[in-house]
Amino acid sequence: MAASLVSLLAAKEMVLVCGSGGVGKTTTAAAMGVAAATHTRGRVLVMTVDPARRLADALGVGALGNDATRVPDDAFVDAGVEPHGELWAAMLDTKAGWDELIRRHAPDAQLRDSVLANPLYQNITSRFVHSHDYLAMERLHELHTSGEWDLIIVDTPPSRNAISFLDAPGRMKEFFGSRLLKWLTVPYRSRLFTMASKPFYQVADRVLGSRFLQDIAEFFILFQTMEQGFVRHARQVERLLSDPRTTFVVVSTLEAAPTHEASYLARALARRELPLGAIVANRVLPRAFTAKAAGTSARKLGKAAGGELAPRLAGELGTDADAVEHVLGELSERFADVAIVATREAERQAELSELAPMLVTIPVLDRDVNELSDLAELARSFT
Amino acid sequence: MTSQVEDLLLDRRLVFVTGKGGVGKTSIAAALAELAARSGRRTLVCEMDAKGALADALGADALEFEPREIEPNLFGMAMNTEDSLREYLRLFVKVPFLGKIGPLARTFDFVADAAPGVKEILAVGKLCHEVRERNYDVVIVDAEASGHIVAQIGAPHVIRNLVQVGMVRDQTDWMLDILHDPATTAVAIVTTPEEMPVNETLDLVDRLEDETGVAPTAVVANRVLSSWFDDDEMQLVSALGDHVDLLVEAVGKGAATVVAAAHIAEARRAIGAGHLERLRTGLRDAVGDVPMFEVPELFTRATGRRVVTLVADALESAEAT
Repeated sequence: MAASLVSLLAAKEMVLVCGSGGVGKTTTAAAMGVAAATHTRGRVLVMTVDPARRLADALGVGALGNDATRVPDDAFVDAGVEPHGELWAAMLDTKAGWDELIRRHAPDAQLRDSVLANPLYQNITSRFVHSHDYLAMERLHELHTSGEWDLIIVDTPPSRNAISFLDAPGRMKEFFGSRLLKWLTVPYRSRLFTMASKPFYQVADRVLGSRFLQDIAEFFILFQTMEQGFVRHARQVERLLSDPRTTFVVVSTLEAAPTHEASYLARALARRELPLGAIVANRVLPRAFTAKAAGTSARKLGKAAGGELAPRLAGELGTDADAVEHVLGELSERFADVAIVATREAERQAELSELAPMLVTIPVLDRDVNELSDLAELARSFT
Repeated sequence: MTSQVEDLLLDRRLVFVTGKGGVGKTSIAAALAELAARSGRRTLVCEMDAKGALADALGADALEFEPREIEPNLFGMAMNTEDSLREYLRLFVKVPFLGKIGPLARTFDFVADAAPGVKEILAVGKLCHEVRERNYDVVIVDAEASGHIVAQIGAPHVIRNLVQVGMVRDQTDWMLDILHDPATTAVAIVTTPEEMPVNETLDLVDRLEDETGVAPTAVVANRVLSSWFDDDEMQLVSALGDHVDLLVEAVGKGAATVVAAAHIAEARRAIGAGHLERLRTGLRDAVGDVPMFEVPELFTRATGRRVVTLVADALESAEAT
């Protein structure tokens, strides 16, 4: 078992970062990249799906594209960190990714062009078999086999189900093997299509109109010629996910819903026998807020505010005693709110720590993450 | 005084509640539903993503496609495109051999995955159907996250353009009538005072009307932190921090933590306020005036059903800014 997140990163070649929306998954993935490049030699790539433009700015790479861009060493130096390795970043571009896949798998140029020119192509690729998930997995495989990277950190796509990307390769295989695809394409190919014999067609045709079905069928007939390439790749991607060099990191905040989702994710990974390396709890309030001493002081502060304390402090600060009394009273009252939240967080943290070999907390920051130095600060929690 | 949220949203017949994942979309939808039911409206609330979060929020058993009255006047359902298709086939196509179509789920999952807009139109179609049949006074939709809502509300539009003939095309007409009528349909975008949710909200506001013909009705800023102190008082807190030894002497060693908490709370609030300001400016620039309602962060021991009531109370008294 690794002792820290940094040592886990050093021991792996691929890290899949998952979690529900809004927990800071992309930022955490970037901070992990910074941590890895700071502490280990080698080439580290962070592949993100949808970064805030400011995150790209923070990494000092301007706009991220499908091609990897190197974070300049100067940016590290400006952030007060000395990198031992190289940090690169890339963004997953679904459209460009699909075009590339079609180009790679198409048996000939004519077919390639027919697919790319099919009126339904764009619409279909952006939707079917969770194409975003599939592409992310494809890209990961491609990057890994390129041998150019020592560590690849993937910020997984946001989706309805945070682990649906795991099913993407299997779904692609199933898709090509499905009787449905054959049903849909064979009749149009053989031209011996008797609708009456197939209730499905009869209904579908009536509902959707035959022209529409035919458009779809045409697309899939073209697409089917690429079956071999896609299926072979899907198998390789599946193998890669369960490879011992791969690990998963679940990111969450300690709010109710994200915690729930994180524990679901952790269990789902365990069920699939996929290795969960760590859970990262983001934006955690200081544990001191739950300490008994703090609660006691806050209560006493409320009581003392109306007594001697306010005038004494006011004298010391050269200000009005009423104002001090008001502030002390408010401090006392409001602290109780924060303490409740911190206590809940502590409970949820305990719950999550049961589910992973390592639980790492990132303290709440008093600012947004705007610069590499902010990522470097987050990364300090990983050592 | 009547509630502005009621006037603006609940007097419509179909209310989509959307927003980036994690902003509390489901609690806002549940709270709007409670508010509607409380005011005597026969209300249907529908969860689109079948995760079960809506049932959890309402403290109800798992919801199904068939609406069930979970509280007086408050009906709940979970969208399921397969069931929607069965209902559609039964009602409109009058398919006599439904059983013979085979495993509908697999068959149509496939076609629906492949054919753009099919899944979405089955979902939106069911909602519009409930509106058209006037089965409820108001249908509140815990809709897909902002990334998918355009595809969903825009489905009838997409289908019209792709499908040249057939029943589905014919049916898009009345759906579009419902969706494009601002007196009938409302879209509420939920956000939190954070960077990404605000960005996504502005992005959605930009795209929604262009791509679907449905304009956003209101923005709900959820979990807005209130300030503990004004600027002068905050200075006083800082000064107290410099004399923390006096406080420790008076109330014990936890005093430093209490002062630190005020600083953290203020920093978080100020960040949020900055994002809300950006949202306001962005909304003004994009679409003129979209009313914005704030729901404060609730510091409460309450969990589950009780939270929805507290949010409903906050919404009921919220004033648009």
